Amino acid sequence: MTRLANGGALIDRDTPVSFTFDGKQFRGVKGDTLASAMLANGVKLVNRSYKYHRPRGVVTSGPEEPNGLVNLGSGNRHEPNIRMTQIELFDGLEATSQNRYPSLRNDVGVLNAAASRLYPAGFYYKTFIHPRHAWKYLFEPMIRRIAGLGRAPTEADPDTYEHQYAFCDTLIAGGGASGLLAARRAGEAGGRVMLVEQTERLGGRLLVDDDAEIDGKPAREWVAEQVAALEAMENVTIRLRTCCSAAYDHGYALLYERRTDHTMPTGPRHRLWRVRTKQIIGATGMIERPIPFYGNDFPGVMLASAVRDYVKLWGVAPGQTTVLYTTNDDGYRTALALHEAGCKVAAILDSRADPAGLLVEQAKTAGITVHPSTGIGKTEGTKDGVTAIHTVPLGKGDDVALGEKIDCDCVAMAGGWSPVVHLYSHSGGKVMWDAGRAMYRPDPDNPPRDSSGEAYVRMVGGATGALTTQDVLTSAAGNGEGVSVHGPAEQPTASVWFTPSHGKAALGGKHFLDYQNDVTVADIRLAAREGFESVEHAKRYTTLGMATDQGKLSNINGHAILADTLGKAMPEVGTTTFRPPYTPISMGSIAGQQKGSLFKPFRQTALHEWHAEQGAEFEPVGDWRRPYRYQKGGEGRETSITREIRRVREKVGLLDASTLGKLIVRGPDAGKFLDLMYTNMMSTLKPGKCRYGLMCDDNGFLMDDGVVARLDEQTFLCHTTSGGSDRVHAWMEEWLQTEWFDLKVLTANVTEQWSQFAVAGPNARALLDRLEGDVDFAALPFMGFADGTLGGMPVRVFRISFSGELSYELATPTAFAVSLWELLLGSGDDLGVGPYGTEALHVLRAEKGFIVIGDETDGTVTPHDVGMSWAVSKKKEDFLGKRAMERPDLTRKGRKQLVGLLTEDPNFVLPDGAHALSADGTRAIGHVTSTYHSPTIKRSIAMALIEGGMDRMGEVLEIGIDRKTTVKAVIASPVFYDKDGARQNV
Amino acid sequence: MLLIQCPACGVEAEETEFAAGGEAHIVRPGPGCTDAEWASYLFDRKNPRGVHYERWRHAFGCGKWFHMARHTHTLEVFGVYAADVLDPPQEIKDRIAERTAP
Amino acid sequence: MSDLDLSLARAALDVTPPPGLGAQVEAIASRGMVAIRGDLTDAGFVAALQAATGCAVPEIRQSTQAGDTRVLWMSTDEVMVFCEWGAAPGIVEAFMEKAGDTHVLALDVSDARAVFRVSGEKAWRVLAKGAPVDLAPGQFGTGEIRRTRIATVAAGIVKTGDDEFEVFCFRSLAAYLWNWLCVGAGAESLSDL
Repeated sequence: MTRLANGGALIDRDTPVSFTFDGKQFRGVKGDTLASAMLANGVKLVNRSYKYHRPRGVVTSGPEEPNGLVNLGSGNRHEPNIRMTQIELFDGLEATSQNRYPSLRNDVGVLNAAASRLYPAGFYYKTFIHPRHAWKYLFEPMIRRIAGLGRAPTEADPDTYEHQYAFCDTLIAGGGASGLLAARRAGEAGGRVMLVEQTERLGGRLLVDDDAEIDGKPAREWVAEQVAALEAMENVTIRLRTCCSAAYDHGYALLYERRTDHTMPTGPRHRLWRVRTKQIIGATGMIERPIPFYGNDFPGVMLASAVRDYVKLWGVAPGQTTVLYTTNDDGYRTALALHEAGCKVAAILDSRADPAGLLVEQAKTAGITVHPSTGIGKTEGTKDGVTAIHTVPLGKGDDVALGEKIDCDCVAMAGGWSPVVHLYSHSGGKVMWDAGRAMYRPDPDNPPRDSSGEAYVRMVGGATGALTTQDVLTSAAGNGEGVSVHGPAEQPTASVWFTPSHGKAALGGKHFLDYQNDVTVADIRLAAREGFESVEHAKRYTTLGMATDQGKLSNINGHAILADTLGKAMPEVGTTTFRPPYTPISMGSIAGQQKGSLFKPFRQTALHEWHAEQGAEFEPVGDWRRPYRYQKGGEGRETSITREIRRVREKVGLLDASTLGKLIVRGPDAGKFLDLMYTNMMSTLKPGKCRYGLMCDDNGFLMDDGVVARLDEQTFLCHTTSGGSDRVHAWMEEWLQTEWFDLKVLTANVTEQWSQFAVAGPNARALLDRLEGDVDFAALPFMGFADGTLGGMPVRVFRISFSGELSYELATPTAFAVSLWELLLGSGDDLGVGPYGTEALHVLRAEKGFIVIGDETDGTVTPHDVGMSWAVSKKKEDFLGKRAMERPDLTRKGRKQLVGLLTEDPNFVLPDGAHALSADGTRAIGHVTSTYHSPTIKRSIAMALIEGGMDRMGEVLEIGIDRKTTVKAVIASPVFYDKDGARQNV
Repeated sequence: MLLIQCPACGVEAEETEFAAGGEAHIVRPGPGCTDAEWASYLFDRKNPRGVHYERWRHAFGCGKWFHMARHTHTLEVFGVYAADVLDPPQEIKDRIAERTAP
Repeated sequence: MSDLDLSLARAALDVTPPPGLGAQVEAIASRGMVAIRGDLTDAGFVAALQAATGCAVPEIRQSTQAGDTRVLWMSTDEVMVFCEWGAAPGIVEAFMEKAGDTHVLALDVSDARAVFRVSGEKAWRVLAKGAPVDLAPGQFGTGEIRRTRIATVAAGIVKTGDDEFEVFCFRSLAAYLWNWLCVGAGAESLSDL
């Protein structure tokens, strides 16, 4: 055990917590993270690296962790690639290591490491190019088996997730020193303030680096005071475990709240906040950089700040003997923290020639040896961790001898600090290279801007590059009242982008830049040599920064190596784009509560439950679900459909046609307007009459069709297709609002006010005549309508037919739909009444050669193409599509035209979409648009769009079925049954 | 995601409430126009990197069409105005001139 | 017309809320509705609305009320009357008669939509799970109406009291929105909001 006797601000030593890692039982204490608990158990090896399968331990103590990724949970709660440093321990937690086989300690993939000289950057690109077909069947499956991090879960996620929209004036991302002060000032200024912090605690680095006094108080006391003040403000909301993942355009921010990950689930696991804010204050702090040196990836090699976090926050010593390799004064805080906790600091290696200042002096006073201008030249260790380092002199070129060997089981790296500028960059803010502080920091002259062009993201604290507590708090105070800080002064950083190893770097030691993707200094240099000089190209060639940590630790070092190799300055090389989210967010949180039956809304008619109870098989039609057929007993599809078709042809069938769009168009100019909307004339329609109409867009192509009824002089009722009601209503409004706004016309979508049923078949009138009411069905002429009452229910009866049979459509206010339907069904057992579905409907209309928008049309088809020139007015001066239909391509000979197809074999039903071939078999000359077995004429029928089809009646075509087979079909009229329409006119 | 103010109902709402309707102020030529004029009306669009006049509809809200002047790169919104005008109002032109001055 | 038998009419949804909710949700069994369009500033329109409903034309995104009848602002040229189910045809008739030659449109749309009531201290949080609208207390007032979306469903939200909202959507989506509201109103999910 490496738990220290004292210290650990976050832990409760008296509350043990038990958990398992790779099936083995471990104990931690309340307040531990999985990372601190494993370290407290003396376990450093927690993972294998992605490419070389090298043993790895945790490097950090926060969300930037590249190595400590585990599978969390099991079964349907299994989740891969979770950072151990962010997992708060709870009783019963199960974690397993990733990317190892058969076990973490004995991993066969480590052979990759032995052969690593053979796997340089770009290896896959170079090696697996030929032969091409081998990629799909050999290389890719093989590589996929070896590579990869965690495994995706295989079962449905039992947890729930949700979204929450929120609005505020100021959103503060980060609850450290600067975030607390900025929130305090914003809260005092009024307005709605949200403060979010990705961890479970407020105070940030002040909880660890507490050597400064703020406003005369110890740092921790000052933090507690700010938190208390903020909690007392009604206009301030604080949310912990909530990460500001993204800052998008115009003040839109995404917050990712990990609601129950620290406990057993109750309620939604994650909540995604979708926030609109006037201002974002990015108090996102900094991330410490590792230092590239040979073997800097042994377990036990960690960021200096993380080492002291483990000591001071969780009372854990990551090692018994530590070597600190630093480039700045701040690193000395780690040595001092270790010393104070009773751990040995074997040496401090400082990149600078003349380290001085209070922290340095304190370390020397504590008896710690400081080696100036010295780095780590080589590391020794086992899979359980580092065992020793060799020093190397810095500033004397790459070809130098190693110095002394120092035994240690922990190396702390203090490579300097990088501001977390992500939120500034997400929506267009620019960053600038600050050579003095060796960092990219936000460029205050190029901030992200909101809809009025004003800056809306302001970074404060460490995120601006401020390095001392005084500077951090001064930037956070903004224009508000500042605070006074007394803390140790610090000397500048001397960054080390590369530490020479034994002899020349080319001797093969691995200096890791990107731990998660196993990218080394040598890889970047190779990329530069091979011409991948752009930072974006080098990134993709080497995969630097492309892992789940998105290069939080590696990018700056990698870009510096690239700049150095190319002999360029950092700003010339530039940096890659920071893209949201800041840390990975769960797929569940993106879906929110819209999963399962709430994934997509389906529109249901009032009869939906009735249909379901009658064995309806539903099909999607637009956003609707309509009964495709009604299954009786165990009958097959064909049987049901044939039964339903014969019912309509021989008796009487009922169709729920409520989904048909119904639009009211009213006003003195309504007729004029509809003349523009439809290809045929509507203004001449008489009140009480119906007319079938076609709608085209201004390309001249069919977009909708339906029956128009004139209710009175000023009022029309336009029926649209089932999928078309919203679209056509919006289409009408678009023309009325944006082009013909001088027309006095008002529209309304009444689709759902009215349920509508087709009563079709030779017995239709007999059935309707039995019902009590005031509609004279016999007197109602074809294409007429009448208002009345039927069985105590209000109805509007249309004499129209889409089946070719005697047919009425009954519309009733939807409240009466179920009652009217049941009345109709219950009134004609002897007449053979029963329901029919959409497939029967489609066969019935195809037998009659009626088109369906979306089947016979595909956005390139004109009314002339489908043989409906009769519905295109020649008298009207203008209508949508008129001018387009005069364009050369729309009038040319040889356009595809609608015809019927009769297969040579009457029992062979053509596949939908099958292509008709030219005489020489080299070219498709058209395709099948609708194809069925017709029980009425007892043979296969089809409609097709064929080049010049109307002039080719009787011609026999070859229709392609698959690559080898064709069948013969003869071109015929698309009206297969009752060609003169006698059946509907009875 | 854009934040858009609907000039009809006054609501300032996120883009998901709206439907984009493409370039604004395209003149629909009469039935007697040439094929080239008709083709231009159907197909020619500016697609600039810079100031763009566009049509939007408050689809989930009041249902009204309107015009918006927007910078396609910075996403700055210079103003919104009614759908039934053929030209942007002078105050929006002035704002654009002021905001895009070098 | 012969006599109507109103007992044959059915509600859009016959449901009871599941247990374990942190806000109250209910489906309102019936609600008369009249969609009225025209020039809201026209004197003839104003007078016809007053005569038919007893209500004045509401201010932009507001509603007016007279007894059980409410008028909601829907758009620059549209209002919606909420009344008792069965009263709508009478309102349509009265409005059209009074409007005379004024260019207007009034339609009984009592069966086209479903209405839900969501109430309780956290009611606004339930709606904020899917509506991109600032419904926080102090930001959205009683009587205010907002047409927006809830999840992907077009919906209207009316604040009818301090902690009470009415939500309406097209009837075909009633089952979906009801289920959505019941999930969103879960007590555990509201406990920390």
